[in-house]
Amino acid sequence: MSKYYLNYLDELESEAIFILREVWAQFDNPVILFSGGKDSILVTHLAKKAFYPAKIPFPLMHVDTGHNFPETIQFRDDIIKDLGAQLIVGSVQESIDDGRVAEEKGKNATRNALQITTLLDAIESNKIDCAIGGGRRDEEKARAKERFFSHRDDFGQWDPKNQRPELWNIFNGKHFEGEHFRAFPISNWTEMDVWNYIKRENIAIPSLYYAHEREVVWRQDSWIPNSEFLVLEDHEEIVTKKIRFRTLGDITITGGIESDADTLEKIANEVSGMRQTERGNRSDDKRSESAMEDRKRQGYF
Amino acid sequence: MLDNNQLLRFTTAGSVDDGKSTLIGRLLYDSKSIFEDQLEAIENTSKRKGHDGVDLALFTDGLKDEREQGITIDVAYRYFTTPKRKFIIADTPGHIQYTRNMVTGASTANAAIILVDARHGVIEQTKRHSFIASLLQIPHIIVCINKMDLVDYSEEAYNKVINEFEEFSSKLLIHDIRFIPISALNGDNVVNRSKNMNWYQGAPLLHTLETMHISSDINKVDARFPVQTILRPQSESHRDYRGYAGRVASGIFRVGDEITVMPSGFTSKINSIDTLEATLKEAYAPMSVSITLEDDIDIGRGDMIVRSNNKPEPSQDIEVMLCWLHNNPPKPRAKYSIRHTTNEQKAMIKEVIYKINIESLDRNTEDKELKMNDISKVKLRTTKPLMIDAYRENRTTGSVILIDDATNETVAAGMIV
Repeated sequence: MSKYYLNYLDELESEAIFILREVWAQFDNPVILFSGGKDSILVTHLAKKAFYPAKIPFPLMHVDTGHNFPETIQFRDDIIKDLGAQLIVGSVQESIDDGRVAEEKGKNATRNALQITTLLDAIESNKIDCAIGGGRRDEEKARAKERFFSHRDDFGQWDPKNQRPELWNIFNGKHFEGEHFRAFPISNWTEMDVWNYIKRENIAIPSLYYAHEREVVWRQDSWIPNSEFLVLEDHEEIVTKKIRFRTLGDITITGGIESDADTLEKIANEVSGMRQTERGNRSDDKRSESAMEDRKRQGYF
Repeated sequence: MLDNNQLLRFTTAGSVDDGKSTLIGRLLYDSKSIFEDQLEAIENTSKRKGHDGVDLALFTDGLKDEREQGITIDVAYRYFTTPKRKFIIADTPGHIQYTRNMVTGASTANAAIILVDARHGVIEQTKRHSFIASLLQIPHIIVCINKMDLVDYSEEAYNKVINEFEEFSSKLLIHDIRFIPISALNGDNVVNRSKNMNWYQGAPLLHTLETMHISSDINKVDARFPVQTILRPQSESHRDYRGYAGRVASGIFRVGDEITVMPSGFTSKINSIDTLEATLKEAYAPMSVSITLEDDIDIGRGDMIVRSNNKPEPSQDIEVMLCWLHNNPPKPRAKYSIRHTTNEQKAMIKEVIYKINIESLDRNTEDKELKMNDISKVKLRTTKPLMIDAYRENRTTGSVILIDDATNETVAAGMIV
């Protein structure tokens, strides 16, 4: 006897597949924005399901800041090979070399904001009309207002006060030349949902998410990994800790947490007991109360 | 969380004055869904603004302008989970562009919480909220009579509100309605049962949300499958595969079912129902699957696969309850793109039959000019037939949106009568 209703993960999955197919049907040249983080891996996994038995019918695009975890790049290359997909890389280093952007100065300098220009340049030069992202509404207060189909003007900017209403399951992706959309198939997933689903589907994720020994330094309330880009302050000291990362961004700004969670089961259990949001360890969001909204307005992910 | 836990979407109607933000804050806080750093941020802002204590309303503000002006501009989505269910709250603002936002939030909701201030009883706003909830056919309505602490937790005050509500709501089409006396501020009957109202025998709000029966909210009778796109892998393993990708809008499809493709009228049988994991015997709403047919027939996006013994009605003259969502009013005889499921055609508004006075719920047949937030009954004429069901029977195949081709903006939402 069948039950004829879906559980919450199946319903979220079905919704995301529906969105991905709508993107494919409504746009000429979509891409998946792939960072190597769990959310973009999840979106890629869902895209595989959405178009099976055909291959994912569009490329993946990576905005490469040059400040990567080596594990992330390896993971990216493996997944591309496995999918037989095309990879587009937008390079922040090239944007710097071309004089499109200037490197930030000072000890907390990052390439986080520079990505916006590289991303928008890559969208323009590849004539992309929809960039599919792994953004979730539970992540951050500006993202809570985001649509599934989110319009960007011909400068790539988001106007949060003037968004198209989204009713039922009817998504309006109509746009003029030069404009593009961002689509967020996992808008309604929470961090916990993502982990429960990754666990259920046994989806491969970079080893960085699992607890491992790593050289780190304590900065801004989290463990920042040692790398060639790290400039130590006088009082700072590199130590080896067993840590894992809750989110993945640039190696310069992604803080780890001390953890023994080395299986998906343990990670899911750990996350369910967390009392801090996952972006709490991201210094890019700590700059001001509206740090995310300001970047999103300009065209950030 | 258990594997068979369901997802419940609800919308909250009311303004800050009704204690809506406090109620949401209370649900999130008592279900331990607010993180420490979020609470800290709210505490800091509360202090900076000189508020007494923590203003939980701030938790529901998203945009910079909203925080600065202390208003909500847009629908915001909130999430919380209990051991029994996952919840999505569509938090719609009370004042600005009220109708537009509530209609948006209500369109996918299983339930609506309508807040009434126990001191003031049913007011115009309550009627407006209830009307929109019934218009959008939200299956379950929960009227929370809030601020019971300010009326000494009086059963009489509670019953008075219920009487007022039932008096006016008899005109509305509401299937399931419940009343709960609460104090969002003190937490009475929100998550925990109130000790101050022993006369109330029903369940607290959260328990009600956790246990209400929602499996029947989706139409299980009329099998409808709007085609989104065609899957043709042309690979070694699937050389001749031709799958119709879509999400079951309603009803159940089984392998072997005799189907008709609308609008062409071609018939065939379901050969297989496929997903990445498995080939299925049946698919039901709201599953996303790929369907193959026994015969090779011409099918494209916008077509609808239905069971041959239960077909929707193809129609070019469609009466809808239309909610105008845009600043620019419609121009006389203007053409719009109309979206119905995955189908897109052109349409024009042939006639405004009446406009609803959203304060009194009276029909106005004199003033027929549609402005933003107006709700009216109109006749649409489409260039080609749409395969429609009545909205009250089927929220997916009974709804349309209008898009202005000059701006590409969504300008109206319609529910087929």
